[in-house]
Amino acid sequence: MVSSSVVSAYADPVDDKLVIDGQEMITRAPAPEGHPFKEVLSGWLFREPETRELEADSFQNSGMLYVERGQEIWNTVEGSKGKSCASCHNDAAESMKGISAHYPKWDADAKRPINIELQIDKCRTQNMGAEAYKFDAPEQKALTTFIKYQSLGAPVKLDLKQGEMQSWWDRGKKEYYTRTGQLNLACASCHEASMGKHIRADHLSQGQANGFPTYRLKQADMVSLHNRLRGCIRDTRAEMPKPFSDELMALEVYVTWRGTGLSVETPAVRQ
Amino acid sequence: MNLAGILVAASAAAMCGSVAFAAEIAPTDVKFEDYAVNASLTGVAGNAEEGAKVFADRKLGNCLACHENKAMPKQLFQGNVGPSLDGVADRWSPAQLRAIVSDSKKVFGPETVMPGFYSLEVGINVRKDLVGKTVLSAQQVEDVVAYLATLKE
Ligand code: HEC
Ligand code: HEC
Ligand code: HEC
Repeated sequence: MVSSSVVSAYADPVDDKLVIDGQEMITRAPAPEGHPFKEVLSGWLFREPETRELEADSFQNSGMLYVERGQEIWNTVEGSKGKSCASCHNDAAESMKGISAHYPKWDADAKRPINIELQIDKCRTQNMGAEAYKFDAPEQKALTTFIKYQSLGAPVKLDLKQGEMQSWWDRGKKEYYTRTGQLNLACASCHEASMGKHIRADHLSQGQANGFPTYRLKQADMVSLHNRLRGCIRDTRAEMPKPFSDELMALEVYVTWRGTGLSVETPAVRQ
Repeated sequence: MNLAGILVAASAAAMCGSVAFAAEIAPTDVKFEDYAVNASLTGVAGNAEEGAKVFADRKLGNCLACHENKAMPKQLFQGNVGPSLDGVADRWSPAQLRAIVSDSKKVFGPETVMPGFYSLEVGINVRKDLVGKTVLSAQQVEDVVAYLATLKE
């Protein structure tokens, strides 16, 4: 084991099928037009066998605990209006099915794209008389995980024709190729130019967003997409943008689009 | 950070450097000729043993993040974003290695993934406490170059 990790050869993503509770996930999809790759690949294909197995088995996947917690929150009354999410949306298995495969989505009120976290805050503040969650509050991660889980298996597809989604995509693309920090690296340096190679112990994937929030073994906790993006930017020795800032929302739009056609895998398991 | 900011920070760093070490060449004054840097950055000979430490240290060179090196079999998790450095001294002269480590973009072109370790041509939004600073000091570069020069097959 030691010798194999010292001299780690180029390792291809595995040729394996991800089946969760009898449903096969799309882990390889033909790339949309204008994409640098021919095929988009789920991060699951780049992980070690033990990690892959954890995601394939819902009983072993610790992310499922957050789905359960999210369901409790869904049914809990909060705020001045005496409502829960369920008061308006009833059974999430029906009302939320497939929805998060199409986020971020244009929000005409905010005049910017919003993700599930921000949609939750919108309903909490406008429809429940409750406060917006603090970034990465355990409740925010659990509820987001629960809502995304209702789309498990659904292929990611954004509608770039809504509002000004296209110009946010353009901005996100520019950011993706912009080098940051003292180490002078762009997202593309690691997830495009070096995809499939090892950086230290990590097998570099395409950096796809379809599994978020993901359960990370290293942290033994759910990790939100903006937390992950901030971590990658920090590793270039740059200042981190604020969660839900224009900068990160544009990047989320573009990065999510790069995974067009992959199944929503929430809660994915990563190392 | 904008370009003007980078330039101000760079010249401030250069001035500090020239006060502290008379013979040290500032990052902005390093002369690249034919993909090589002929002059020592410090005038002090590199120490290969120190260089090996800088090479492996995750907070300094962290070269193993991207390069395999059979001469360090005890170091786990060697990456392969760049080529293996086994026998690298057979392929490159010390002056060329100094150029590659100081600012790989001057040798491999602007698209290379390898960071510049003694360069102030860096990315945007550099972490505040690192603005105007290079990843390695001039002497650490000399030490790493001395270490690389021992990697012969
Ligand atoms: C008082 C009613 C009400 C409550 C309570 C409420 N919502 Fe909503 N929610 C709405 C309405 C109305 C919309 C549609 C608004 C729109 O599309 O702009 C909506 C839209 C949404 C959407 C987007 C659906 C889509 O098709 O894109 C999500 C996700 C959502 N709510 C989640 C929640 C969650 C989670 C909670 C609890 C924290 C919650 N809502 C509480 C009324 C409510
Ligand atoms: C210094 C290298 C490096 C840079 C630069 C970098 N990343 Fe990452 N990223 C990683 C590593 C290592 C991982 C964990 C292994 C993997 O999934 O590739 C990762 C993981 C990810 C993931 C999670 C993938 C999954 O399947 O769970 C996303 C999303 C991501 N990166 C996006 C980005 C974006 C966007 C940028 C630019 C803002 C970026 N990364 C810059 C190294 C980097
Ligand atoms: C983030 C990745 C990364 C890091 C960190 C890195 N390198 Fe590199 N290095 C590369 C890449 C990629 C190349 C190939 C150059 C190219 O073609 O763009 C390279 C090339 C080289 C070469 C030329 C090798 C040959 O045989 O042609 C040397 C020497 C070298 N690096 C030394 C170092 C040293 C010493 C360090 C640490 C102080 C280091 N590198 C850190 C990515 C990296």
